[in-house]
Amino acid sequence: MKTILEYREQFKKEEITPLDLLEKSLEKIDPSLNAYITVTEELARKGVKKNTKGILKGIPIAIKDNINIKGIPTTCASNVLKGFIPPFSATVIERIQRSGGIFTGKTNLDEFGMGSSTERSYYGPTKNPYDLTKVPGGSSGGSAAAVASGSAVISLGSDTGGSVRQPASYCGLVGLKPTYGRVSRYGLVAFGSSLDQIGIIGRNAEDVGVLLEVIAGYDPKDSTSSKKEIEDYSNLRETPKNIKIGIPEEYFKQIDTEVHSRVMEIKKAIEKEGISFKPVSLPTTGYIIPTYQVISYAEASSNLARYDGVRYGLRKDGEDFHDTIRKSRNEGFLPEVKRRILIGSFVLSSEAIAEYYERADLIRRLITQEFNDVFKEVDYLLTPATPTPAFPIGERTDDPIRMHVPDRMTAGANLAGIPAVAAPAGMIGKLPIGYQLIGKPFDEKGLLSIVRLVEKIAPFQGFIKEAQDG
Amino acid sequence: MVEYKTTIGIEVHAQLKTLTKLFCGCPVSFGEGANTNVCSVCLGLPGVLPSLNKKAVELAIKAGLALDCKIHTKSIFARKNYFYPDLPKGYQITQYRFPIATGGKILVEGREIRIKRVHLEEESAKSIHEKDKSLIDYNRSGIPLIEIVTEPDIDSPDMAVAYLKTLQKILQFENISDAVMARAEFRCEPNISVSKEKGILGTRTEVKNLNSFKAVKKSLLSEIRRQTETLEKGKTVEQATIHYSEETQKTWVARIKEESSDYRYFPEPDLPPLLISQTWIDEIKTTVGELPVQKKEKYVELGLNEKDAKTISSSTTTSRLFEGILKIIGEPIEVSKWILRDYRSLGEPDISAENFAEMIKMVLEGKISRNAGAEVLAEMVKTKKAPKQIVEEKNLSQISDTNALERAIREVFEENPDELTRLKNGEKKLFGFFVGQVMKKTGGKADPKEVSRIISEYEKKY
Repeated sequence: MKTILEYREQFKKEEITPLDLLEKSLEKIDPSLNAYITVTEELARKGVKKNTKGILKGIPIAIKDNINIKGIPTTCASNVLKGFIPPFSATVIERIQRSGGIFTGKTNLDEFGMGSSTERSYYGPTKNPYDLTKVPGGSSGGSAAAVASGSAVISLGSDTGGSVRQPASYCGLVGLKPTYGRVSRYGLVAFGSSLDQIGIIGRNAEDVGVLLEVIAGYDPKDSTSSKKEIEDYSNLRETPKNIKIGIPEEYFKQIDTEVHSRVMEIKKAIEKEGISFKPVSLPTTGYIIPTYQVISYAEASSNLARYDGVRYGLRKDGEDFHDTIRKSRNEGFLPEVKRRILIGSFVLSSEAIAEYYERADLIRRLITQEFNDVFKEVDYLLTPATPTPAFPIGERTDDPIRMHVPDRMTAGANLAGIPAVAAPAGMIGKLPIGYQLIGKPFDEKGLLSIVRLVEKIAPFQGFIKEAQDG
Repeated sequence: MVEYKTTIGIEVHAQLKTLTKLFCGCPVSFGEGANTNVCSVCLGLPGVLPSLNKKAVELAIKAGLALDCKIHTKSIFARKNYFYPDLPKGYQITQYRFPIATGGKILVEGREIRIKRVHLEEESAKSIHEKDKSLIDYNRSGIPLIEIVTEPDIDSPDMAVAYLKTLQKILQFENISDAVMARAEFRCEPNISVSKEKGILGTRTEVKNLNSFKAVKKSLLSEIRRQTETLEKGKTVEQATIHYSEETQKTWVARIKEESSDYRYFPEPDLPPLLISQTWIDEIKTTVGELPVQKKEKYVELGLNEKDAKTISSSTTTSRLFEGILKIIGEPIEVSKWILRDYRSLGEPDISAENFAEMIKMVLEGKISRNAGAEVLAEMVKTKKAPKQIVEEKNLSQISDTNALERAIREVFEENPDELTRLKNGEKKLFGFFVGQVMKKTGGKADPKEVSRIISEYEKKY
């Protein structure tokens, strides 16, 4: 498998045509993985014909099915959106199209992004390409499985509490959650608006940087997007100098011992390159999951209120309009989404808001402050991306608390709005496992540069490459 | 019967006069085909985000300033969550704990009504209920509104109507809202309670569905009666939403509020806090005029009678012109007469205060007659020419040169020796004859007053 820039060279030398690459990719769509909800072959074949010099010319890209592509159904893996075809594209989609990128299809997810395994989909679970009995992670599991199995060179996901980084870790890929506001959310179907960020899942840091350079930047349609200048994220040749990386002790508790050793191997490899490490402490880490749950559920309860069967999607007629809304929503949503809407409505109710939502908002500020403070001592934080490798399909579907466990590593970056990247740390048995780097706001380039450095020096790199190629 | 004290507070929703909606670029219009002015944003389709209309913010600030409020440099949008088919997102974007303006007041018939808050919010769509189905028109969805809330400072239905009329006039005068009630651009929801004891408020009810000032007054009168009767029977008034029927002119309890609805307000995560610079507020402040009531009072102080002051102050055109002319030449009474008698009969056309002032000055200085002045005014409106030029072109200038006048009078005397003798012998009615002859001789350009003066001087000498 080649990088985006290598494909670009091959296209230039006419060693391969974009159509060849597309057909090869489409062939690799494996129905047993169930990575896609909608395959967009026709749109892709049309896209290949477009005459463009864009940086993504002819690159097959998979899109999580909660990001709108005009004219293609957006399902969010939910029955409630049955038949909904968006009349507009997300800003990221328009930017990719302008750069010549083409779309292989819309990938599977946990309904509306609510899950860590891509099992809670109306369209059935997605499987881990490394082991079909294991989950690919979630909620961007379809996007991870698509890239890991070779049907797309790179993909877009969304990350509200770790939904890009955790599947990247389970599938041996690089998953970036940019700073909140770095990438426009316009056209991303909202789950937890103050946490959601479109992210990228790719095979290597450079590919992720290439795509980030295309999609990042201010968008007047998203008032929360940042006007800060973007950087040349695709240029990762130089490793940041004079940097210090923190090891937060709380992130290494209650994790798989093998995960611990893999991440320590990464640390050693980086240390050899002359980068220093420092133990640090983030005492609020234990509050991340409850805080994340309260805020994301509260926002979700409001964001999902629009699915009422009145204007689009599933409608089940009832006795009056309130009954119609009740019936449509009852049949439209799966149990986990209902559970979160109920809890989210409760934590915002006048009787509970002070104790739950407002308290969570306060703790969120403390967590953010703690990250700000630690970044005065160190430039990056190194942690495991997930506490364990991919877990078996069906293991946690009835246990929402255990399902949330992986979020402990990742959701802090969402609460604080800071960038974080997950990248391969090696294998445990036949399953890949990732490390995570968390950075200062808008330091995506620094994060990707370190991942790039690890790719060059880490001893297991070839093994993962081989597994992906196979 | 014990006397009951009435307490009324009013919420007004006014549509801001913008070209586009609050969070998208759809045009704001009235009476167009259903669902023609809609887009993904105001339909609340999955994936859309709001972008705030700057003009709406400007008008909300202006409304706050015109109502003497404190404008907050930081305000926060919130989501008000409830299910209704005409609410496409399942929540309304409004302002809750941190509104754009608070703590204002307006003068209504010499009394102060305190304004609690002014906040920005989006309009919902319009439901049309038919026999076997309901239809929804989303053209109104997302139209910018301000909600203006008073403190419970109103103590009678008449005062409520007076407040509403004053508020409406302010919004129209300042170009904040067209505030046409029939087009739902100005809607009011009074809440009302009666109580025996001073200082203790009764249970309040909220009156909805009011489409005219008449309905406001009648519904409040009906509600006072209903609440008083309830209390007189020894029962308690329940917190409720009250509807009013134009046909029967009666109020009835539409919905008892067992507990207040839980709208689960929380800060709107899709919009950062609204930050307004003091510079911007100051800039907008310069565009806020004096309020009609304040103007009226000022004009009365200048010596105008109540009626004239009210007439001139209630139209922006006349008040601006009046003040513009006053600045140049003073003479408020004289200027008010010109505006009320001559200018308004022309239909309040565009005219420069400078030209208008110059014309009045020429009359006051006796350079042209009053009649000639009216002619100049009409001509100025038609041709936009300067008064001096019109006077020259139409040869309207009065002969005030005493020598020239004396010469003309001498000639008239010489031409009419018999009449002169009769005048000298005391036949006073001939005085008019001579003035007329002089005017004729001068082609109407002489100042009649001056002519009379010289004739009465000369008759003795001759």
